[in-house]
Amino acid sequence: MNHQRRRALKAGGGLGIYGLLAATGLLGPDLARADADRRLFAATSLREVLAVLGVGRPDDSGDIDIGAADIAENGALVPVSVTSALPATEQIVLAVEKNPNMVAAVFTFPEGTLPEVHTRLKMAETSDVYALVRAGGRLYAARKEVRVTLGGCIA
Amino acid sequence: MSSSRPMRMRAAVQDGVTEVRVLMSHPMETGHRRDASGAPIPAHFITDFTATHKGRIVLSAQLGPAISADPYLAFRFKGGASGDTVVLSWIDNRGEQQRDEVQIR
Repeated sequence: MNHQRRRALKAGGGLGIYGLLAATGLLGPDLARADADRRLFAATSLREVLAVLGVGRPDDSGDIDIGAADIAENGALVPVSVTSALPATEQIVLAVEKNPNMVAAVFTFPEGTLPEVHTRLKMAETSDVYALVRAGGRLYAARKEVRVTLGGCIA
Repeated sequence: MSSSRPMRMRAAVQDGVTEVRVLMSHPMETGHRRDASGAPIPAHFITDFTATHKGRIVLSAQLGPAISADPYLAFRFKGGASGDTVVLSWIDNRGEQQRDEVQIR
């Protein structure tokens, strides 16, 4: 199952399989994160994140928009949106460079879903927020610094 | 045993695009914090979220504990119609699950 899951993650479309398994109750808590996912969410540096994703350096892209305030007063609740104008966007990885674990979330977009997402992050301190976008089999990156006045009690 | 609470959800269609907004009720504990007596508070967070429309997945997300407590997500997909049902579900690192349905306005 782990093998299947990893292959699915690499293909960028595996979350559906997970949802199916979860819905049928086949996955217990210990299987809630398969190996590759566990490593991705445990990564503490961008280099590690990219290694787990199985890519080299991503291309910087002006076609990725990170919507976040320049200054966040409360690091426990930082509204962030990511919008990709890259054709064939499959996946968006949202990461905070200075959090203890960088990756905050991975969003997978089936065809027909607009490549954009809004959420709220915890940020331990002032940091770059990264959006890594998998589109057409390649990985692209954008980043934006968010200054945090009061840290998100994450450490 | 804690039991999870329903999500608060809205789904509305405009010009053939359905916007879904959802607020999940969950502590999203990182596992890094300690309680007043200094004992570590165990990690407890949603790991996976899935939205389906007419049996087709329209968004899947893997979340980590760096998503704020009571996670908020908003996204848009093409093809929903007023009156259709969107099914939202999550599972956390303890295996607790929540599944809710919302009608598209």
